[in-house]
Amino acid sequence: MIELKKLSKSFTDADNTVHAVKEVDLTIEDGDIFGIIGMSGAGKSTLVRCINMLERPSEGDVLIDGVSLSSLSEKELREKRREIAMIFQSFNLLMQRNCLQNVCFPMELAGIRPSEARKKAKELLETVGLGDKVNAYPSQLSGGQQQRVAIARALATGPKVLLCDEATSALDPATTRQILDLIRDINRKYGITVIIITHQMSVVESICQHVAILDQGRVVEQGSVQDVFSDPVSAAAKALVFPEGYLDVLESGRKGSRYLRVVFDGSQATDTPLIAKMAVEKGIIANIAYASTREIGGRTFGSMLLSIEEKNHDFQEALAYFSDAPGVSCGEVMRDAE
Amino acid sequence: MLNELLSAAERAEACSVIQSTFLTAIWETLYVTIIATFFAVLIGLPLGVILVIGEKDGIRPLPAWLMRLLNFIINVLRSIPFLILMILIFPFTRLIMGTVVGTRASIVPLVMAAFPFVARITESSLREVDAGSIEMARSMGSSTWQIITRVLIPESVPSLIANVTLTLTNILGYSAMSGIIGGGGLGKIAINYGYYRYKYLVMFCAVILLILMVQAFQSAGTALARRCDKRLR
Repeated sequence: MIELKKLSKSFTDADNTVHAVKEVDLTIEDGDIFGIIGMSGAGKSTLVRCINMLERPSEGDVLIDGVSLSSLSEKELREKRREIAMIFQSFNLLMQRNCLQNVCFPMELAGIRPSEARKKAKELLETVGLGDKVNAYPSQLSGGQQQRVAIARALATGPKVLLCDEATSALDPATTRQILDLIRDINRKYGITVIIITHQMSVVESICQHVAILDQGRVVEQGSVQDVFSDPVSAAAKALVFPEGYLDVLESGRKGSRYLRVVFDGSQATDTPLIAKMAVEKGIIANIAYASTREIGGRTFGSMLLSIEEKNHDFQEALAYFSDAPGVSCGEVMRDAE
Repeated sequence: MLNELLSAAERAEACSVIQSTFLTAIWETLYVTIIATFFAVLIGLPLGVILVIGEKDGIRPLPAWLMRLLNFIINVLRSIPFLILMILIFPFTRLIMGTVVGTRASIVPLVMAAFPFVARITESSLREVDAGSIEMARSMGSSTWQIITRVLIPESVPSLIANVTLTLTNILGYSAMSGIIGGGGLGKIAINYGYYRYKYLVMFCAVILLILMVQAFQSAGTALARRCDKRLR
């Protein structure tokens, strides 16, 4: 279990002090895939660097399985870091080493015998699907392949935690998909706790179980990905969850209409034609302004933006109607949701 | 002058000088250059590493006064003209070599002139190493020593080789100057015959040989740096 306790980090230079992370409290359970999402500048990278103490927190503490990292000596901390592997946006492979030597790198640091390290490194490269690239140099590999080597390297010392700092942000969508699948497989196979730092909601939706939303250094919302997706509360969460199409709809929206966001949990709600039923039973006509489906944690969710005319309390009735339906959550979307 | 230069008597004398002295001179030049480069790198490389890791945001910050002192010494040594430096450090040369004249004695000022240069170019080579690689190494629990020996230096090997080549050719040029204090080699021949005795033909031959040696070192160094660099494949 990883616990962040009132974690703050500020940077001071001659002129001013920047508070990058402010009083963050988070608990991440073993085996979880936990997303930390925020816009650029929200403090994500600083936060993740505090977890392995690459940045010493200004205040607060990080506890891993109850052990306070700030109480460790430099040497003990170096030992501890072998349990907290990290992968990066720019992969950070050593360019003068081939794949095998790159994967061996953390084992060299740990003093593992070279013959043993090479054997383990070959196995790991097989695991990430690069068994045929053992002798290739990073400059000969694609971005996706380089990140696979970095993942193999991260696994070399048998870590308990894998920190992914924007690990897919430099990759195309198809490759991102493959890397995320690989990370999920690793999470299941080795039971490693994964912490994913990203600015893309799609990344969180596709593999995370829990998510914390970071805005200006603070955690403004956290919970299961399904809950946050279905019913985002904070402005930052809404900005991340709502597809870009919403903005266009709201901008060009008709006067006298209000917008209702309805999210269906696919496994429970697809059998009932809710909108047609509402029209028949309540006489409320809803106009579908935007609709999409997403897969979140292996479940399919449908989301719709309904435009409903503001007469005869139609909007309130529709809100109540959907709120009572099983497997459905809903909420009004305002023009200034951004 | 050209007629005089190429007269039969001149040519005959030049041939005899070349035959009797050039082989030894080439050997002395090579020997002095390589030994001096070796010691310059031995002293300059660690200093270059310290310049990089010891700065305020480096991986192992050192006291600011120490860094300022180091930078000061390097800058001072680099700004003294080699000819003056040779004379200035006579007492030091005598302390180490027991004499201030001759081929062996000329190694001391050469090292003194070259190691600050090596420190600076090592510094610039190491700064080229991607900060991400260093962060990666730290995240995996590297000690400072491990970062130096397994990331900083190995990752900048091609650049270091190119820079050592540069040092080698510089020292080769300086070693010719050390002919003034009796340092042996092609430089001494060029000065003794060309400057003191107006035997220009001998001087030209010595200079051409020096040029060829610089070319050879430079080509070999560049080729080696290329071969070592895994980024270019």
